[in-house]
Amino acid sequence: MKHVLSVLVENQAGVLNKITGLFARRAFNIESLAVGVTDDESISRITMIVDGGNSAVDQVEKQLNKLVCVIKVREIKEENVVGKELIIIKLNASSKTRGEIKDLCDIMNAKIEDISSTTVTVELADTPARVELFQNMLRPYSILEVARTGLIAVQKGSSFMG
Amino acid sequence: MITGAEAMRRCLEAEGVTTIFGYPGAAIHHFYEELSNVDTIKHILVRQEQNAGHMASGYSRTTGKVGVCLVTSGPGASNLFTAIATAYMDSIPMVAITGQVNSNLLGRDVFQEIDTTGAVAPFIKHSYLIKDANDIPRIFKEAFYIAQSGRPGPVLIDVPVDIQKHMLNFTYPETVNLRGYKPTTEGNAKQIKKVAETISDAERPLLCLGGGVFSADARDLAIRLSEEAGVPVVTTMMGVGALPSAHPMNLGMIGSFGHITANKALNETDLIVIIGARVGDRAFTSSWNVAKKAKTIHIDIDPAEIGKNVSTTIPLVGDIKLVLAKLLEEKPKADCKPWLEILCSAALTEKSKIASARQNTIGPKRLMRELGLQIQEDAIVVADVGQNQIWAARYLNIQNGRFLTTGGLGTMGYSLPAAIGAKIANPDRQTLVICGDGSFQMMFNELSTMAENCLDLKIILVNNHTLGMVCELQRIECYKNFCVTLPANPDFQILASAFGVKSRCIIADEDMAGAIDEMLKHKGPFLLECIVSPDEGTKTMDEVI
Repeated sequence: MKHVLSVLVENQAGVLNKITGLFARRAFNIESLAVGVTDDESISRITMIVDGGNSAVDQVEKQLNKLVCVIKVREIKEENVVGKELIIIKLNASSKTRGEIKDLCDIMNAKIEDISSTTVTVELADTPARVELFQNMLRPYSILEVARTGLIAVQKGSSFMG
Repeated sequence: MITGAEAMRRCLEAEGVTTIFGYPGAAIHHFYEELSNVDTIKHILVRQEQNAGHMASGYSRTTGKVGVCLVTSGPGASNLFTAIATAYMDSIPMVAITGQVNSNLLGRDVFQEIDTTGAVAPFIKHSYLIKDANDIPRIFKEAFYIAQSGRPGPVLIDVPVDIQKHMLNFTYPETVNLRGYKPTTEGNAKQIKKVAETISDAERPLLCLGGGVFSADARDLAIRLSEEAGVPVVTTMMGVGALPSAHPMNLGMIGSFGHITANKALNETDLIVIIGARVGDRAFTSSWNVAKKAKTIHIDIDPAEIGKNVSTTIPLVGDIKLVLAKLLEEKPKADCKPWLEILCSAALTEKSKIASARQNTIGPKRLMRELGLQIQEDAIVVADVGQNQIWAARYLNIQNGRFLTTGGLGTMGYSLPAAIGAKIANPDRQTLVICGDGSFQMMFNELSTMAENCLDLKIILVNNHTLGMVCELQRIECYKNFCVTLPANPDFQILASAFGVKSRCIIADEDMAGAIDEMLKHKGPFLLECIVSPDEGTKTMDEVI
């Protein structure tokens, strides 16, 4: 079972180390983790996807809350996620396959960012499921490089973390 | 403007620190120079850094104040880690100050540099690396606040040597503002009502008291709860002494090395009220089983402990002292006379069993019983780790004193330094060390600290020429007794005299009472070496009755 956690932390050196260290030593599984500064420069937001049962995620939340550098932890239920993940894929493309790749990009609303005589580089910002689908569709064209950001998210509606 | 070192000293004074335990080195020498100029703070020079931490622990546990220790960078800090981990597992409030290399050289692997705050992260409540001398007052204020509030624990402040000389304008903050740290202390009123009702409805209720009862200074309230609600009590090892051992409601210690009656009660209860205990695996050997048979109420200051190892019917987060005071107002009263009578009489029988006297060696269980009879009512007893610890926890009568040991990490070599810390804080209280020949040889260098400070400690050395606890495990597995004998122990009598400590060695039970009396009457430190057979076990099955 996958859970999306949104975590506000102090924007200081060593904080990420404390958080990832906690996950490692308590054997929690993180599927993805994305960090960035918020509108308040002293606070960063970490969005993470944690794999585990409800009681395991409950422990993750409680252990995170024990860290002094963690300001707030909130689980965003799947139905309340407003979120995106960015994927950038560089793949082999000859004049023969370029057209097919462009079709796939059009269908998925992806963008061709760069091109060379033998490759194209495409990008897509979407839900993790659609990003996964896009990557699967491109696999037959011999992928050279993939970079994914992991999900970033806030919750739907008027409630907010701050 | 004052130097960073002076600022550090003034921070400690503002926190009411009068004693610190430490060992100097290059990266902390400016601060040592600062300490030498004042008489407000007494520095106790230890013989190895780990023991500075254990002394701070013993000091803290017997005063309720934050224990402070001070070491240099690199090996000084890494030697201290064991003591920090020990304090972390047992939730002991402590501030550790470590020197660090010049801040401009951080990360270049210079002489005596290690990443102290990085290394210590998994077993510390919080840590700071000071990069700007102006942060010293705020960081010290926060460190002391974090160490002693919420669930207590160790906090480390790493101070690069150049920062100790930087100049700053000093004002000590009056408050802290930590947006990520706001422990819940008041228990939820509805939950407290529910707890009271559930206790009143139970047929076979049981209180389980842990070390949190001492951390929260809630011993009196816990005793009142047991007496007024009419609910019998078991304790974890960290909770030994929460009720006097001889109290009729005290069924003893639970766990793999616990009392039979206590474990039987835990197995048969229909409502277990866990107070200030983290449901550790040595205490609750089958926590899943407890939860299957009984309702569980878990009262703890740390929300992460609730539901971690045992599923909980009623969780109650809060400071135990505040929660128990509110709970008593609800007047819970269990109607469980048959349950209570059976257990209390079984406990009484168990407590009154005496192992038969030995001829050629000392019976360790009789030894602990005899000690319990002779020590003062408010004595501090510090047990080390291993068989000596189990014998002391099970057979030594604690009245209104303290039983200190490291229940969580099980750190050998804890007892003597912790007792030194306790004795310095409580010069008028009788203080005893119980250790084995294994643990004694991990810490006897601190006899030097004890002698230097003229501390009157009574050391009971249970000498079986064996690392007995490991040996017991090997015996259970039918393994060979590989590596557990200590055939080349020194002559502990000569060793004691080298430190100017009076000593005596006994080998027969008939000499036990007289020797203990001699030790306790002697003014000054005393080492009582008791020769015990390596075949003695801690389990009840081989108990001779």
